[in-house]
Amino acid sequence: MSTTDAATVKAPGRVDTSAMGRRLRALGRAELTLLFRNKAMLFVALATPILLTVLMRQTISGMNLEGTGLSMGTVLIPGSIGYVLVFAVYANLTGIYVTRREELVLKRLRTGEASDGEILAGSALPSLVLALGQCVLLLGGGAVLLDLAPPERPELVAAGLLLGLVLMVLLAGVSAVFTRSTEASQITTFPFMAVSFVGSGIVVPLDVMPDALATVCSLLPVSPTMELVRNGWVGTLSGADTVKALGVLVVWIILGTLAVRRWFPWEPRR
Amino acid sequence: MRARDTTHPAEAGRRGRLTDMDAIEVDGLKRRYAKGFEAVRGVSFSVREGEIFALLGTNGAGKTSTVELLEGLARPSGGKVKVLGFDPYSERTAVRPRTGVMLQEGGFPSELTVTETIRMWAGCTSDARPIGEVLAQVGLSDRRANVRVKQLSGGERRRLDLAMALVGHPEVLFLDEPTTGMDPEGRRDTWELVRELRRAGTTVLLTTHYLEEAEELADRLAIMRSGRIVTTGTPEQVVAERPSSIRFMLPDGLTAQHLPPTLPPATVREGRFEIRTPQLQAVLTDLLLWARQTGVELPGLHARTATLEEVFLEIAQLPDENDEDGQAPDAAKSGEKEVERV
Repeated sequence: MSTTDAATVKAPGRVDTSAMGRRLRALGRAELTLLFRNKAMLFVALATPILLTVLMRQTISGMNLEGTGLSMGTVLIPGSIGYVLVFAVYANLTGIYVTRREELVLKRLRTGEASDGEILAGSALPSLVLALGQCVLLLGGGAVLLDLAPPERPELVAAGLLLGLVLMVLLAGVSAVFTRSTEASQITTFPFMAVSFVGSGIVVPLDVMPDALATVCSLLPVSPTMELVRNGWVGTLSGADTVKALGVLVVWIILGTLAVRRWFPWEPRR
Repeated sequence: MRARDTTHPAEAGRRGRLTDMDAIEVDGLKRRYAKGFEAVRGVSFSVREGEIFALLGTNGAGKTSTVELLEGLARPSGGKVKVLGFDPYSERTAVRPRTGVMLQEGGFPSELTVTETIRMWAGCTSDARPIGEVLAQVGLSDRRANVRVKQLSGGERRRLDLAMALVGHPEVLFLDEPTTGMDPEGRRDTWELVRELRRAGTTVLLTTHYLEEAEELADRLAIMRSGRIVTTGTPEQVVAERPSSIRFMLPDGLTAQHLPPTLPPATVREGRFEIRTPQLQAVLTDLLLWARQTGVELPGLHARTATLEEVFLEIAQLPDENDEDGQAPDAAKSGEKEVERV
């Protein structure tokens, strides 16, 4: 078989990736336009993580970080990434999914060629790109302003961040299951946000918690990302801890995927 | 999982382009909703390639619930659907590029403009037609292209929806109440467009509660009630199954007993007589001959074959077997209005 044949003939049963890319771009572009037309939503997604980061400085300066290997910067900056995940991606996307579902946009899209996964991923693209931008800005800016050394294990920081972003998309899909309206999404997203702030090391690093509590909290969805980013940055993560953190993240991603596939409502319940 | 659903384009072409095949085949189709309501209770019909087929029925008859199964939006709880030879649900990737769908209700982000909406849709469609061309085809002028969807009238939204259904050169078009909310001009434009599409070989399945729309467009139609098809055929066949009617009054002093015994029995209401018969010409001849022989005037004489409306209303007035099941299903109920003549 000549190589040109293999290159020009599409293999049967293969997903056409260029068509998939075109669909994702089209969906993402529309959603980006909508995001910029919803100024209130855009402000919450962009400004909240930064405002909370600034406010958090006060809290952290009162913390006893001795013996944790952490500093103001290595507590604050990863924490700000947690805010980005939870506000700019999770809460923001829950609202987007619910709004599109109630407008019957999701149902309409499902009559077309885009697969279910592409519809959800395409709608999430602008939020994800925005969140990544914020993270780069916060990490870079924070490192300069707070005089942080570069990350010891950048690959762990990146893995924690990227997997965390994927998980937030899935959890937004799960939240949409029990959210009836755009307005309600402000309430239904609150429990997860609160639990994550308190229990996942966004505000208080798990390192300063009692051991038993820290163990339980390390199993929460956002915890592994915080651990990978924070301890990957300072290089204090053992091999076993790394595997555990990645393992917990992957388990949550699998659970999230299953839940979305099983329960995600593609049209309003009336 | 996805990969297995995908069929090789060449195979799709072979399977789909057999001549004389039914574009849509429905056999014993059932749909039961989560709450236990069975909206579709064993529906069978087929639509030939290039044909316009209309599904009629009152609110909650199961039209939309049926069409959604044909569109592949849900898996049937029983029976089979084939669109262009494929299962529209499990062989989604093979069917979708060849179908166009207009849902009963919009489904557009309200803050996007007309152009942005259709551009998003075109990006999700293989071999999409130019946006301006499609908008022109449905009569959405350039002036409306940059208007937000939320500012469009109901009729304009239906036009936009139709434009989206047409972007991908569909071989099979599903139109769920395509002209609801349109003014008479928009309705006529849409009818002309649908006829044009048929001339080009497109198969169209439409639901409507405008009987005139079905009479104007449909090659064949089916009337649904309580999740079942009650009658089906060409409009002429459906009407021909029903008796024609002869109405008249009799001069004072004459009663039904004076009518010739060869006539079928007449019903009387407030002095108006009505004879219903499948043999309009023969019965009418008997009546008129009798009238001439006896020198009787028949004021208000009126004879005609049944209309689709009569057939429809007769079916709608059958006792409702759905009553014990409670309300019509939510999904099929939204936005439906009473049956009306245009």
